[in-house]
Amino acid sequence: MDARRREVLKTGGGVLALAAAGIIKPGEALGQEWNKAAFDTKSVAETVKALGGGASTPSGSIEITAPDIAENGAVVPIAVESKLPRTQAIAILIEKNPNTLSAEFEIPAGTDPFVSTRVKMAETSNIYALVIADGKYFHAVKEIKVTIGGCGG
Amino acid sequence: MADPMRIRASMTGDKVEVKVLMAHEMETGLRKDASGNAIPAHFIRNVTVTHGGRTVLSAQWGTSVSRNPFLHFRFKGGKPGERVTITWLDNKGERRTDEAVIAGG
Repeated sequence: MDARRREVLKTGGGVLALAAAGIIKPGEALGQEWNKAAFDTKSVAETVKALGGGASTPSGSIEITAPDIAENGAVVPIAVESKLPRTQAIAILIEKNPNTLSAEFEIPAGTDPFVSTRVKMAETSNIYALVIADGKYFHAVKEIKVTIGGCGG
Repeated sequence: MADPMRIRASMTGDKVEVKVLMAHEMETGLRKDASGNAIPAHFIRNVTVTHGGRTVLSAQWGTSVSRNPFLHFRFKGGKPGERVTITWLDNKGERRTDEAVIAGG
């Protein structure tokens, strides 16, 4: 956590410096941190790396609740619950989407290690729930078959 | 200005259960319009939920969160009558903040 926080602070400082130098618009600097590098990744391994991990370990303590078959890839409900102690963050990765990382949630102490949302899937794919717990990276996988993809047009 | 969020916050045991529906197109930037021009990406990048001045959830999103995003989570330490505040910020710098009062269980 501390290492990550330092990383975030470093990134934040960088953003401010860029804004001061007039390289980015102040509106962008005013916003919270957004990990562009992570959202640009094209594979699960790259995403884990961009989120600060070396590798992640499969874990039976992460539960993904999602349909086996999604008729409409534009709206696929996904819930992730972690039973790993000291869960700090939960990320949802969609292996075969144009960009792998869909969402990342920071879970402060006092908040349940659980999130539920809805995502777009381009095609049938594995979904990875990546959990950062006590500074370590874990994941669970579930395949969701998609009848009509929800990213193209 | 984007439409208000629909927020439900209610007690489930000793926890506050929060369900949010945001009004946002969540455009991926990969689609084309009828004349073949790319439709620019327009999507929520940051979501922050606070209660009593404390952040209870923060999220970073990419373009693959569904249109009109839905979010559901739970936190401890809230009581009926207190407020939950949610802010989103998108890639064009637009933002929206809405509040809900925590309902009894």
